[in-house]
Amino acid sequence: MSAFDIVKTARKTSRPSALEYINFIFDDFIEFHGDRSFRDVKGVVGGMALFEGIPCTVSGRHKGHTIEENIERNFGAPHPEGYRKALRLMRQAEKFKRPVITFINTAGAFCGIGAEERGQGEAIARNLFEMSTLKSPSVSIIIGEGGSGGALALAVSDKVWILKNSIYSILSPEGFASILWKDSSKSAEAAEIMKITAEDLLELGVVDDIIDEADGGAHNDFEYTAGMIKEKLLKEIFELKKENIEELLKKRYNRFRGFGEFSE
Amino acid sequence: MNLFKKKKYVSVAETVEAQDKNVFANTNQPSVPDGMWVKCPNCGKMIYKKEIPKLRICPDCGGYFRLKARCRIDFIADEETFVEFNSDMLSKNPLNYPDYEEKIKKMREKTGINEAVIAGKCKIGGIEAVLCAMDSGFIMGSMGSVVGEKITRAFEYATENELPVVIFTASGGARMQEGIISLMQMAKVSAAAARHAEKGLLYISVLTDPTTGGVTASFGMLGDIILSEPKALIGFAGRRVIEQTIKQKLPDEFQTAEFLLEHGFVDKIVERENLKEVISKILYIHCEKGRED
Ligand SMILES: [Zn+2]
Repeated sequence: MSAFDIVKTARKTSRPSALEYINFIFDDFIEFHGDRSFRDVKGVVGGMALFEGIPCTVSGRHKGHTIEENIERNFGAPHPEGYRKALRLMRQAEKFKRPVITFINTAGAFCGIGAEERGQGEAIARNLFEMSTLKSPSVSIIIGEGGSGGALALAVSDKVWILKNSIYSILSPEGFASILWKDSSKSAEAAEIMKITAEDLLELGVVDDIIDEADGGAHNDFEYTAGMIKEKLLKEIFELKKENIEELLKKRYNRFRGFGEFSE
Repeated sequence: MNLFKKKKYVSVAETVEAQDKNVFANTNQPSVPDGMWVKCPNCGKMIYKKEIPKLRICPDCGGYFRLKARCRIDFIADEETFVEFNSDMLSKNPLNYPDYEEKIKKMREKTGINEAVIAGKCKIGGIEAVLCAMDSGFIMGSMGSVVGEKITRAFEYATENELPVVIFTASGGARMQEGIISLMQMAKVSAAAARHAEKGLLYISVLTDPTTGGVTASFGMLGDIILSEPKALIGFAGRRVIEQTIKQKLPDEFQTAEFLLEHGFVDKIVERENLKEVISKILYIHCEKGRED
């Protein structure tokens, strides 16, 4: 598959999204709502659940599968309250020493008048800041599109994994082509150069592991794909939970500290 | 205490250079029809360059031209106290983006600086602080590896030496040519700011025109105290992108410093000529130990 084929697979409306994975992988998921400040945002879901008996806080960007559902969930492009809701739940996880698992599937943060009025930039910045020192083990899984700051705002975690046909990028290939080449139709070319595929991201160290998915895409076999994520979590979450939190925070800091290519 | 003594400006920004025609450029960027005259971004009048003072304030309407990073540092740091960090750090090309090295080289020649931020330590009103200033003339002040690394090191130095941090932002956001590595800088810088904060240290961010995208959504909005210059463009998404999305024109005051103040995201708007005084005063009140009475 070319990079742009992967982009198309990652964006498929039929691609399983956060809620489906959460319900499959965890037991007794209870969804909670609201940022305690302005309102609830349906593009971000979150709550508590059990993973093999361990209480966890889970959160995710949820895209819908139908036009109606997508409108309701804003195509997984959250307003600031969405990030603030996720942060509220992560804070709760820290208080009760629960691991945090986030599922990422978003084209990016929503852009509009209200989003700016209520501080989209501040909401994302705050999440990066708080997640970097959150005293809970954390895992993020990119399950579709990982678009820009809107994705990163839930992905400053100890481990970042990606499903084989997902992408993670600074912005959409269309946006990239439009900004740098003034031609959004060159998106396939942009996708090639941007290093947004799972393999490229693994090589760059942006993700720690690639999780296999069904042939042709996760939508072809949801249970297989969800099973692969569950298996990966089974292997790693207990180890993460055992680690001394100060050590974990040091490693998390260094994980992100290392990005950058420069000479001096 | 020489808090309110006016400093003599030693400035390098004698001339108004042609602005980079980068796509991030906002519409209010002044254009330069020839070498002698420049259009005021506020009143639109053509101003004879030699009449523009060091702080680049329009003699006609009081509006602001964008200020170079060096000029900003000269104005804010106490005379001859600024010590620059990592001035030779240069960008690589993580995506092997065509002609990126060439672009950086041209920008370096044109602007006389190596990257879009200058970082260092100095005294401000007699109080020791770490000071960074971004330069929107260098690929729209965009943040790639070097900007991220310099700001991260600035926070780390301040954390180690228990110093306050003052950062002047001026940026179109993340540097597209470094792709996902630029996105990661947002997390890197924010994590460094968080460690600085955990040690109980003060961070003042000063948002200047323009501050958008990944800089707003990382260290721009993380100041304990957030100041801004009047009328500065500050936001997350670009104006044009929002207009395309919502299919309507945005009012002029949208995403200005005044708009952010009204919505609760800026502590105080301060005129350019008063910034040194206000920052000095904050540091003086805050830093019981560092005062030089
Ligand atoms: Zn003017």
